Amino acid sequence: MSADPHAAAPHGHGHDGHHDGAPHGSRKGYLVGFALSVLLTAVPFAVVMLNGLATPNTAAAICMSFAIVQIVVHMVFFLHMNTRSEGGWTMMALIFTIIIVVIALTGSLWVMYHMNANMMPDMGMSGGM
Amino acid sequence: MSDTLIKTIFGRLSWESFPIHEPILVGTFAVVAIGGGAVLAALTYFKLWGYLWKEWFTSVDHKKIGIMYMVLGIVMLLRGFADALMMRAQQSMAFGANEGFLPAHHYDQVFTAHGVIMIFFVAMPFVTGLMNYVVPLQIGARDVSFPFLNNFSFWMTTAGAMIVMASLFVGEFARTGWLAMAPLSGLDYSPDVGVDYYVWALQVAGVGTLLSGVNLIATIVKMRAPGMTLMKMPVFTWTALATNILIVAAFPVLTAVLAMLSLDRYVGTHFFTNTGGGNPMMYVNMIWIWGHPEVYILILPAFGVFSEVTSTFSSKRLFGYTSMVYAILVITILAYLVWLHHFFTMGSGASVNSFFGITTMIISIPTGAKIFNWLFTMYRGRVRFELPMMWTVAFMLTFVIGGMTGVLLAVPPADFVLHNSLFLVAHFHNVIIGGVLFGMFAGINYWWPKAFGFKLDPFWGKISFWSWVIGFWVAFTPLYILGLMGVTRRLRHFDDPSLQIWFVVAAVGAVIVAIGIAAFLMQIFVSIRDRNSDRLRDFTGDPWGGRTLEWATSSPPPAYNFAFTPVIHDLDAWYDMKNRKADRPTSGFRDIHMPRNTGAGVVLAGLSMVFALAMIWYIWWLAGLAFVGLLGAAIVHTFNYDRDYHIPAEEVTAVEDQRTAALAAHPQLAGA
Repeated sequence: MSADPHAAAPHGHGHDGHHDGAPHGSRKGYLVGFALSVLLTAVPFAVVMLNGLATPNTAAAICMSFAIVQIVVHMVFFLHMNTRSEGGWTMMALIFTIIIVVIALTGSLWVMYHMNANMMPDMGMSGGM
Repeated sequence: MSDTLIKTIFGRLSWESFPIHEPILVGTFAVVAIGGGAVLAALTYFKLWGYLWKEWFTSVDHKKIGIMYMVLGIVMLLRGFADALMMRAQQSMAFGANEGFLPAHHYDQVFTAHGVIMIFFVAMPFVTGLMNYVVPLQIGARDVSFPFLNNFSFWMTTAGAMIVMASLFVGEFARTGWLAMAPLSGLDYSPDVGVDYYVWALQVAGVGTLLSGVNLIATIVKMRAPGMTLMKMPVFTWTALATNILIVAAFPVLTAVLAMLSLDRYVGTHFFTNTGGGNPMMYVNMIWIWGHPEVYILILPAFGVFSEVTSTFSSKRLFGYTSMVYAILVITILAYLVWLHHFFTMGSGASVNSFFGITTMIISIPTGAKIFNWLFTMYRGRVRFELPMMWTVAFMLTFVIGGMTGVLLAVPPADFVLHNSLFLVAHFHNVIIGGVLFGMFAGINYWWPKAFGFKLDPFWGKISFWSWVIGFWVAFTPLYILGLMGVTRRLRHFDDPSLQIWFVVAAVGAVIVAIGIAAFLMQIFVSIRDRNSDRLRDFTGDPWGGRTLEWATSSPPPAYNFAFTPVIHDLDAWYDMKNRKADRPTSGFRDIHMPRNTGAGVVLAGLSMVFALAMIWYIWWLAGLAFVGLLGAAIVHTFNYDRDYHIPAEEVTAVEDQRTAALAAHPQLAGA
């Protein structure tokens, strides 16, 4: 929405303006980000495509860890996130998101592991239940 | 025409889809058709269509959108409550040889629709409506951050509600219970359109809920008046912030789990099926990861209302503001740590169950702290028992009982006895009616004069109040007792005749609540009729001796809310301004930049509804067409550059002069 109902307010709005907004990216920043994200995509891709380079478990671990790094690269180089942007709100939102995602993922894994162990003891032998 | 051609054109829709053999539905349809036809005819006769379209449907004013949310909530409350009456009637007569009047196929749809409607299309619109109306006024803003998005969100919620209503007369609704648990909701056990109606209604409405969450967070974070630091924010705005954070974090989980369910149903994946490697327990796990935060999404704004009401009507600053804010934030985090208590009995074992049992009990601590804060606010206050305060006191008495039965259910061994019983049903109605609904009635009575410039009639309000409170207890105490005796929920027929008396009592309670709803409608009618009488009319904009910024404006506030953005010095900003005898600016007004109304929200939501209905009925060509139309309409809207206008300074001056004159004739209450 382009319409900012405060634009014409005589008393300027304390939170408007660019002084505390997200910083704009530089050409160098974008290129570094691009190179990193290509690298972080190519390596897991190669590990999976070139069979025998790693066991399936190792390959999965590599994919997952590279994916996490990839998320950080995107946030820093493309979304221009740092501890100061938007007066710290971006960082706060990020920390909250991480807490919630960690709770949901670890909680689900924990809960589902116990349920599968207790409720589906012959899982995989006769096709379930 | 060949069968294939008809199938291509109409999908699953056929003459059998219309329930003409069910007399109850035909009767309902007749009533809705006659009533709806009368409303449409009246609108046409009084030439109100243009007015409604220009002033309301296309409005991007947060105040009008807030009011439309409330209207949606009230209309859907009538539908949801009709379902409740049918259930109470069925259960009070279906004993032994008597099968009652609802066949199983119909009864199962009724209890599912009741739950879905009451949560998604009554409680959510009420909560969102209040936040929409009040938050920008409380923080001294002229509108929300994204006014068009707000209009779009409202129409998406309405489209979801209309999809649910359509299932009443075309096809059927889900017969799965309000959370559509897999594998029952999978294609193997629910092959008909019911679950598809459920999924698409919630997906369409979910877009609206999520976007309005984003909108209100941005508004609260970015648009507070200068000087209003976070710890000077009114408590209702704090609860709105917490609720919208919960919405933004929780609703994507619901969207994802419903998307996976629809993949199972539409393209044959096996996320939640019994066979093919699916895991239905994962559905239960995921839907409650959304579902538990959802109950806090509903209750937190009600807590906010009670905080504002208690402080205003005790004529005191809220006791323990800081602890209140921390309690809200602790609840926001803990809301994500308790979801497993909804399925203790599914077999996760002692260690998992104890963890979630304990986190559930911990959440009662910040909630209890809030109750004490309200009590201490009343202590030594000059308490005025006006309607909003009456609802608040009734809430405290009712909600504490509901909270205690909740802590009881949080004990896993007790839950193994009470799981899925009527005790549980009584518990969650105790907290949702006693908490959320009482809060919404307190809020409606409290802010109505702000929205319309006259108070609600206290006589009918008191009849409504007493009917609701007494009716609630008469209806749900028997369910607690039945639950303790082991009666499970969602039963259509009973064998043991000794149980019948309890169900009859519960049905009487439901009738008393019906009187409460009728009295509420009567209260609105009488108040509108007598709006110019001395006892209801308010010229000051501050009829209760309010403390927060919304009471600084006229009632109803002008489109631009504040001619000048106020500067905040203290927590209770308006009380502080009154005490300092701060002068209202009366000159030097400038043009005010405002967003322009647009019909794009109605168009986009309408196309979404067509898309959803086409998907439900497997009418693929129409779904494709509607989807392309949706993208097209969204793109066209981005090329609409005529999005704003200026209210000229002369007009602002005229409006403000009028207010100056009104205030001179009717002095405001001092900082009561």
